Amino acid sequence: MNWDWGAVADFMPHFWDGLLVTLQVLAIGSVISFVLGLVWALLMRVPSRWVTWPVGTVTEFIRNTPLLVQLFFLFYVMPEWGLTFSALTTGVVGIGLHYSTYTMQVYRAGIEAVPVGQWEAATALNLPLRRTWTAVILPQAIRRVVPALGNYVIAMLKDTPILMAITVLEMLGEAQLFARETFQFTEPLTVIGVAFIVISYLASLALRALERRLVH
Amino acid sequence: MSTDTPETLPNPEKKAAAGGGELIRLEQVTKRFGSNTVLDHLDFSVDAGKHVTLIGPSGSGKTTILRLLMTLLKPDEGTITVDGQKLFPASDKEVREVRKKIGMVFQQFNLFPNMTVLRNITEAPVTVLGMSKDEAVERAKGLLDMVGLADKCDAHPAQLSGGQQQRVAIARALAMQPKVLLLDEVTSALDPELVAGVLDLLRDIARSTDITMLCVTHEMNFARDISDTVLMFDSGRVIETGTPEKIFSEPEHDRTREFLSAVL
Repeated sequence: MNWDWGAVADFMPHFWDGLLVTLQVLAIGSVISFVLGLVWALLMRVPSRWVTWPVGTVTEFIRNTPLLVQLFFLFYVMPEWGLTFSALTTGVVGIGLHYSTYTMQVYRAGIEAVPVGQWEAATALNLPLRRTWTAVILPQAIRRVVPALGNYVIAMLKDTPILMAITVLEMLGEAQLFARETFQFTEPLTVIGVAFIVISYLASLALRALERRLVH
Repeated sequence: MSTDTPETLPNPEKKAAAGGGELIRLEQVTKRFGSNTVLDHLDFSVDAGKHVTLIGPSGSGKTTILRLLMTLLKPDEGTITVDGQKLFPASDKEVREVRKKIGMVFQQFNLFPNMTVLRNITEAPVTVLGMSKDEAVERAKGLLDMVGLADKCDAHPAQLSGGQQQRVAIARALAMQPKVLLLDEVTSALDPELVAGVLDLLRDIARSTDITMLCVTHEMNFARDISDTVLMFDSGRVIETGTPEKIFSEPEHDRTREFLSAVL
């Protein structure tokens, strides 16, 4: 097998395109999963089965069916109902929604880990419920779950190539396209493999810095 | 302060008239946890400005009374009245009004670890009482000065010793200007050498303010110093009540004698 630096050079313009898409998916998908997961976790604490049952069922369903099936559903079935979005939008929403069903459990654990004494102190000080959540419980809960959320960001990064299946040209999509046209597989696949490691590593560094800042 | 128990049946009206007026009243209050009856048809009342200490063996229901008054628990039976307002049943708004009159200091301090010492104290006055931030900060600094921690404004709770944290918790409770201060074994979680500082602070507060205090403690010397009345609990009932001189020097009840000889 010969390593061809020329092929690397040829692939690089495509690589940058793919990298941009991967980073977009990762960034927006993470934000969606963080926000939506928190919404699910809070809804699950509403003391009414009319809320917790539907939320629990839907999120359980999403968590226990393959991401690929969900993406196909969003991309091929939704348009039949008149809802058409670009492949990238569909992919970002799909992956963010899927991961939100994991992050909700992380939040739940974080909220439950806040000592009951914190709730009691908030009650004793007569803080309104909303203020208790925003000023006392969530800041402590979220601080605790940053490492676990970070792990899901890395996991999500590794799932981004699935979006290739709904025609999103992220890094693997670009590499495969390039390889099919030039019959050179080694160089593009190696380049994106290295890119995945580098992104993971940088993300974990950023998370550790964030953790340090939060832990104070 | 008065109690109605099978052993002692004083006249509550007469006593109330003699004091600053009745502030807290429990009537036939029962609290069960599963099959365990923690409070058993308890009656007692506290007059404004009095310092009442609850003593007795662990599990005798002392802390449960404080938690009921703070509305952290609901009674299974009976009524609780604070300053003329009934708790349970009461609307959320009424409960919130009652809570404004009551402050509580916990065994485990329960400071908010995500806030500075100053914010711990100003948070509730600003968001609950609607105090301006400047005023809340100024008052908080005054309180921190009083508890001897003026230099710890910007520290976080984790940077303080247990005794310092508890003194901040006392300042935090006082910042809400409550009529009643509930003290739930506030020195039990402290290292022995830190206990005296917290108790001295509470003695000062008891002496220099007209705040009503309900205090669960195992510190008998402290109870003797600050109390107008001591209530001896056993198995969810008040078995004996009286001035500290009487309870500590010539207790009537065998259980009281046993308990005191074990802790003194």
